[in-house]
Amino acid sequence: MSDAHQPSDLSAAEKEHPVSVPHDAEHFHAHVKLYLGVGAALLLGTVVTVIVTQIHFGSEAMNIAVGLLVAAIKASLVILFFMHMKEEKGSIYQFMIPTTIIVAGLFLICALALVDHIKF
Amino acid sequence: MEIPYTVKPRPDTGLWNAKIGIWLFLASEVMLFGGLFSAYVFLRFGAVPGTWPHGLLNIPVGTLNTAILIASSVSVVFAWAALKMRNFRRYQVFMGLTILCGAIFLGIKLGYEWPAKFHHFGAYINDDALYKYEAYLGNEFLAEEGEGRRRTEITGTFPTHEDHEAWENPEAKEFRLRLDAVNAEPTNPDNYLPHIFPRPQSDKVVTIQKEDVRWGSFFVPRHSSYFAVYYTITGLHGIHVLAGLIVFGYFMLPVSKRLYERDPEHMANRIEVVGLFWHFVDLVWIFAFPIFYLF
Amino acid sequence: MATQPQTQPAPAGHEHDDHHELGFWSKYVFSTDHKMIGIQYGLTALSFLLFGFILMMMMRWQLAYPGQTMPVLGKILGSAFPNQMPGGVMTPDFYNSLGAMHGTIMIFLGIVPLSFGAFGNYVMPLQIGAPDMAFPKLNMLSYWLYFVGGVSMLASFFVPGGAAKSGWTSYPPLANISDIGPGFHPFFNGQTLWLLAMVILIFSSLLGSVNFITTVVQLRAPGLTWMRLPFFCWAQLITAYLLLLAFPPLQAAGVMQTMDRLAGTSFFNPDGLIVAGQAAAVSGGGSPLLWQHLFWFLAHPEVYVLILPAIGIVTEVITNNTRKPIWAYKAMVFSVVVLGFLSMFVWAHHMFLTGMGTKVSAFFQTTTVMVSVPSVIIITVLLISLWGGSIRFNTPMLFATAFIPMFGIGGLTGLPLAFNALDLHLHDTYYIIGHFHYIVAPGTIFAVFAGIYYWFPKMTGRTMSDKLGKVHFWGSLVCMNVIFFPMLIQGMAGVHRRWYDGGVTYEQIIAPVLHWNAVMSWGAWVLGLFQLIFIFNLVWSIRKGRKVGDNPWDSTTLEWQTPTPPPHGNFTRPIKVYRGPYEYSVPGSKKDFSPQADPEV
Repeated sequence: MSDAHQPSDLSAAEKEHPVSVPHDAEHFHAHVKLYLGVGAALLLGTVVTVIVTQIHFGSEAMNIAVGLLVAAIKASLVILFFMHMKEEKGSIYQFMIPTTIIVAGLFLICALALVDHIKF
Repeated sequence: MEIPYTVKPRPDTGLWNAKIGIWLFLASEVMLFGGLFSAYVFLRFGAVPGTWPHGLLNIPVGTLNTAILIASSVSVVFAWAALKMRNFRRYQVFMGLTILCGAIFLGIKLGYEWPAKFHHFGAYINDDALYKYEAYLGNEFLAEEGEGRRRTEITGTFPTHEDHEAWENPEAKEFRLRLDAVNAEPTNPDNYLPHIFPRPQSDKVVTIQKEDVRWGSFFVPRHSSYFAVYYTITGLHGIHVLAGLIVFGYFMLPVSKRLYERDPEHMANRIEVVGLFWHFVDLVWIFAFPIFYLF
Repeated sequence: MATQPQTQPAPAGHEHDDHHELGFWSKYVFSTDHKMIGIQYGLTALSFLLFGFILMMMMRWQLAYPGQTMPVLGKILGSAFPNQMPGGVMTPDFYNSLGAMHGTIMIFLGIVPLSFGAFGNYVMPLQIGAPDMAFPKLNMLSYWLYFVGGVSMLASFFVPGGAAKSGWTSYPPLANISDIGPGFHPFFNGQTLWLLAMVILIFSSLLGSVNFITTVVQLRAPGLTWMRLPFFCWAQLITAYLLLLAFPPLQAAGVMQTMDRLAGTSFFNPDGLIVAGQAAAVSGGGSPLLWQHLFWFLAHPEVYVLILPAIGIVTEVITNNTRKPIWAYKAMVFSVVVLGFLSMFVWAHHMFLTGMGTKVSAFFQTTTVMVSVPSVIIITVLLISLWGGSIRFNTPMLFATAFIPMFGIGGLTGLPLAFNALDLHLHDTYYIIGHFHYIVAPGTIFAVFAGIYYWFPKMTGRTMSDKLGKVHFWGSLVCMNVIFFPMLIQGMAGVHRRWYDGGVTYEQIIAPVLHWNAVMSWGAWVLGLFQLIFIFNLVWSIRKGRKVGDNPWDSTTLEWQTPTPPPHGNFTRPIKVYRGPYEYSVPGSKKDFSPQADPEV
């Protein structure tokens, strides 16, 4: 949370549109290309995810890791470009990053509890 | 009395209210699906090794559904961009396309995938009766393979209505099952390779004694922890898809045209907010698809 | 209203103006004004708090005089609920229902809606100089969802089989199989209604959290930087984050337990489950521990949700009545932020007895000890803040000051529980009940009382009677200690929680401490009598209390810069903030307090 300067210049400084918006034809076409490109990448990623199941990476765990890696790449594309994360200012990151840490904590600690138990 | 920053962003945060609101809501949704997926991790890795099912879901259909959802994500972005470009007609086209894709996704899932599963049956054989059905379970073969897998379940469909009734009727002592490929030829190594296209059902029919069955059920939530968590996660995901479609539908009504004419930026912001929700729904599916269908 | 100056320029195309008079339903029932919603939350939550208190007083009869007919109420309940109180004597199942529902109602229907929903809604937008919450309609929806969830919880008492009876913690397999079978309805049974109500209440809470955080981030008045925010708002902000991020896994678990009960799944049913001598007709393969992880993932941060708004209220009252700033504002802010974050990683200290291995146990012991540090910092800062103050011992200040040692006892008795080895002896005993009740009862509830006495003049333009307030205070303080201190003794002697006969069955082991049951019960009933004084004071003062001006406590924070009661839109002039929240006794200034929005230095 930024320790902000006096926001007394609000009325003058309000922007019309956020940065990410294309507001002329050229910009728009560049963004169209970007969105279509990301869409194509996602579809390709889906095909890759399926095909990669046919390849044996050593162990079941490795296969799962590869599959999750592809999924994570697809997810990043959606988050950065479709959800405009790439253009957002710090405010959203400031609570999405702790959220990610917390959900990772939930997963990892549950997994640890699963394997680390009293053995009779 | 007006709430500030509903449309114009606040300078120091760079955000308007609903954008923060939806991201906060999405953070809670991350925790919700995170809780469900951590349940999946807990159940899968707490299960007896080698008993977690594989290959029970239709991969090509799941892939198609994934592609449809991705397409709807693309079209909702274009719908938003159209509003930013002040082209209402184009917005309506892309919003309609988004709704269509979402509806097809739900239609395939609820109209084909789930009903197909509801007709698929599995019977877990008692430990002390496994030897009787060795021809369909292949446990000696699996033990040689050394992968630690053990098969205790015979799966397939009821060949006739009478067989289904025999299963339901407490008086009947046995029933017949038309076997899936993996039970028809349990020693065929080809049945253990990962397949993209579903293996066709065999023509073999086996008679199973009810007293040998520890637990039997159609592939419904109660069948196993695998199906329990599959239906719960994809079901909750489906409810989110439906909620998104309802909100999109609302923004196709005449009221949206009036809002657009009164304040086009506010309308664009609303579509951006719902779009963010829709992308999150897509994100959940991007993980759910490989986890349930492929792993 | 039409010429009311805006705090921000209105964007083009905004919707309606507030020229028209709102009808009864729009003004009092389906209001979107945060102040009315705050009052709705407050009255509803206080009613639930009273109901939960009555449930406890009934339980204490059984504990003090097990198996005996309850006087007065016994006859009435005996005829209304013949299965649960035959002849006015409590059945063990009914005792369990009272216990489970006392906990659930006090936490989810009482304290959280009161300290977060009521105080947060009413005070926070005023303290940040905002006209209302960021999403007023969502705010209204949050309240009504809470109301529906609450009614569902209450309704569960009246279904066949009675209310949920598997503890507020609803552990499977017991909770999975409870209230199922002959004599129970497949859907309208206690446990299923509990789950349904929790799902609704959690949804209400999530919407509320989104609203709070957005409001604090976006609607602060010009000049109100983060480090000028009243600590009350910081506390509410962190509370909102905890609710936002910690509740959803319980929502997920609630859905899963509902699936187990209604769809026959085995999320939490293990292999080989035997119920009533027969193998359960389920697939097995589930894990009861999974529920515990997901439940405590919420329920630990939940206890910080219970205490943080209280700390916020206490801070406001203490600084106002010592006429000096809080001793280390920055330390408190950093502590509360760290506390919120760390609290998400300590949950399994509630699960030390589940057979966890040494690595997992060491992890949670470490994080639990770590999380005690920020709360010690906070309470120490509050204590030191009293030093050198010109203390006014009015009723709110009495409650706020007593909070410090009472929360201190509660917190310190928690420290031994952080250690696996000690928890082995103390888990599930009355020591635990004493520990957490010290925090919520003479802790949070005292802070809530302080807040009611403190902000009552802003809501009504009148003060509550200080004389009656002092009687209420001293009576409550003494009774609370009479009730909860012996619990610590009983717990260390080995008296378990949730024994419906108070331990009589194990008399040969715990004989020396058994007599405390009657002492504690009388403490509880006398405590109830003192609350009647409070209720009378509250109701009577609305009409007959001494009239006061807009800022009767000479406070610096923004909520006192409004007319009384604040109108729709809150402020009658644009607000700009010039200084920090607690500028009391500034050297060289004319008054002993410098309001935040006052331009004169």
